[in-house]
Amino acid sequence: MPISADVFTATARGKRSGEGPSKVQLSVRSLSAHYGKRLAIRNVSLDFKPRTVTALIGPSGCGKTTLLRCLNRIHEVTRGASVSGVVELEGQDIYAPGVDPVAVRRRVGMVFQRPNPFPTMSILDNVVAGLRLVGECRSRGEKLEVAERTLRLAALWDEVKDKLDRSGLSLSGGQQQRLCIARALATEPEVLLMDEPASALDPISTAKIEDLMSTLAERYTIIVVTHNMQQAARVSQETAFMLAGEDGVGELVEFGPTTELFTRPKDRRTEDYITGRFG
Amino acid sequence: MGEPAFRPRYRVGDRLFAWALNLSTWFYVALIVGLFTVLLAGSWLAIKSFGLHFLVASSWDPVTGHFGALPFIFGTIVSSVIAIAIAAVVGIAAAAYLAEFAPPLIARPLAFLIELLAAVPSVVYGLWGLFVLAPVMRSAIGPAIQSKLGWLPLFSGPIYGVGMLTASLILALMIVPTVAAISRDFIEGVAVDQREAMLALGATTWETVRRAVLPAARPGIFGACVLALGRALGETIATTMVIGNRPAISASLFAPGYTLASVIANEFTEATTQVYISTLIGLGLLLFVISIVVNAAARILMHTVLRNVEER
Ligand SMILES: Nc1ncnc2c1ncn2[C@@H]1O[C@H](COP(=O)(O)OP(=O)(O)O)[C@@H](O)[C@H]1O
Ligand SMILES: [Mg+2]
Repeated sequence: MPISADVFTATARGKRSGEGPSKVQLSVRSLSAHYGKRLAIRNVSLDFKPRTVTALIGPSGCGKTTLLRCLNRIHEVTRGASVSGVVELEGQDIYAPGVDPVAVRRRVGMVFQRPNPFPTMSILDNVVAGLRLVGECRSRGEKLEVAERTLRLAALWDEVKDKLDRSGLSLSGGQQQRLCIARALATEPEVLLMDEPASALDPISTAKIEDLMSTLAERYTIIVVTHNMQQAARVSQETAFMLAGEDGVGELVEFGPTTELFTRPKDRRTEDYITGRFG
Repeated sequence: MGEPAFRPRYRVGDRLFAWALNLSTWFYVALIVGLFTVLLAGSWLAIKSFGLHFLVASSWDPVTGHFGALPFIFGTIVSSVIAIAIAAVVGIAAAAYLAEFAPPLIARPLAFLIELLAAVPSVVYGLWGLFVLAPVMRSAIGPAIQSKLGWLPLFSGPIYGVGMLTASLILALMIVPTVAAISRDFIEGVAVDQREAMLALGATTWETVRRAVLPAARPGIFGACVLALGRALGETIATTMVIGNRPAISASLFAPGYTLASVIANEFTEATTQVYISTLIGLGLLLFVISIVVNAAARILMHTVLRNVEER
């Protein structure tokens, strides 16, 4: 059985979907993030719709990764890092006092830029690592059930079904990344954050992961960072364009439906970027 | 211009470097073989007189010329194994705390302190053991253990203060810094992406350390323990001061014992007969062989464990 972390804390029970799909899954308001004294992103506000792929694009260093890492409260793991502003997951502020970041991360999964399977675990154990944390998936039968379901979703099942007990490191880079996607899906998060999930991969693996995003968007809210505009255009329904200002601090420049942003950008800087005039 | 386009450069340097590496490697191989030969030659008389029976005999009487190595083998292995069992638990816990949980303001001085402890000469540990730990063992720790667990042969009999348990504890104390300092380096060396992978799945800090960080650092931690065990096996002066120096095999950890290193250090200057000297050198040969076997076994164990995980 998948876990459903209904609430962030044991005390405060919040509302959840089930009362029909809400229009906004994740709402970011006036978000700023620091690394020590250095301000990395300033005053970002945008809404992510449920069961939609939203792409975060922009040149290197504009704060895409930083914004993404604020959405599952993993930004604060970096020494000296801090966040201000509001991030609401289905109406609940994940930065409110008393909210347990661990509970947030069970509802907001993440796939990193570089594939990072656990090297000492088998493929099978990698997939169920998140479920083992909450004491589920003890028996091999349960593990296999979860593994088949999530590895199929991640389009990896056929390639690994005969070697589930091998180390995750025995896979190619593209397979490792899909393993990490399966691992993130196993805990049944509502939102899946992906930080340039294909940037380290070959074109065929990239195509597989792009296909995967469309499939996953039927069930999950997906937020994907990419610096590849073609990729953003191919996979997303919504796009946010970020840019670092004169002072090097990242800001949200424009946000809207992908087709609109790419065909009729409202901001001059967006137009410059998508036509390749800089970045 | 007239030179061929793909002529390798730095050839001479490369070859010199390779030779230097070869030379230093072979130097150590020669040293080990030489050491072994010298010990073997020195103990030849004892080996000829007692044969393999020497390994299982447990009488030790230089006056009548009865020599058996078993009590010393027993004492060496038991005290070292207990010491490493304690030191591994304490040392790894300390390393994990320093690397992952302690605030930097505390972690840095503590880590420095631990590295200092590793540099304290063993005779100091021995003195402390003799004058502080042994009396406390006799008056407090020993009786306390015995009142609860005295029915176990392990904790039966009179408590002298000095003995196997005291020696094991002193050895553990001595090797904890080794385990902790090296393990800490390996724990800190685990890549951030491994930690974040676990955190992102909804793991607490503690779960992240246990399930991602410690497993990734396992080869290094294992190496630290092997190194520490080697130190315990060969430790001489501290053990000599607190183990009681009686060549007897006892089930009780409170009873005195003796180790290979201790008996050599204690009796070498008193050894008068050729056979006596040869026997002590034979004990040295045994210690040498035990150390090498333990190291080799540990290495093989580590490789099979790692291969099981990584190449399965
Ligand atoms: N760990 C860190 N410590 C300090 N500064 C950082 C750190 N990570 C990122 N930054 C800075 O924050 C800014 C945004 O970085 P990032 O979010 O990684 O951008 P992007 O993902 O768009 O390339 C950059 O200027 C970068 O130098
Ligand atoms: Mg980035």
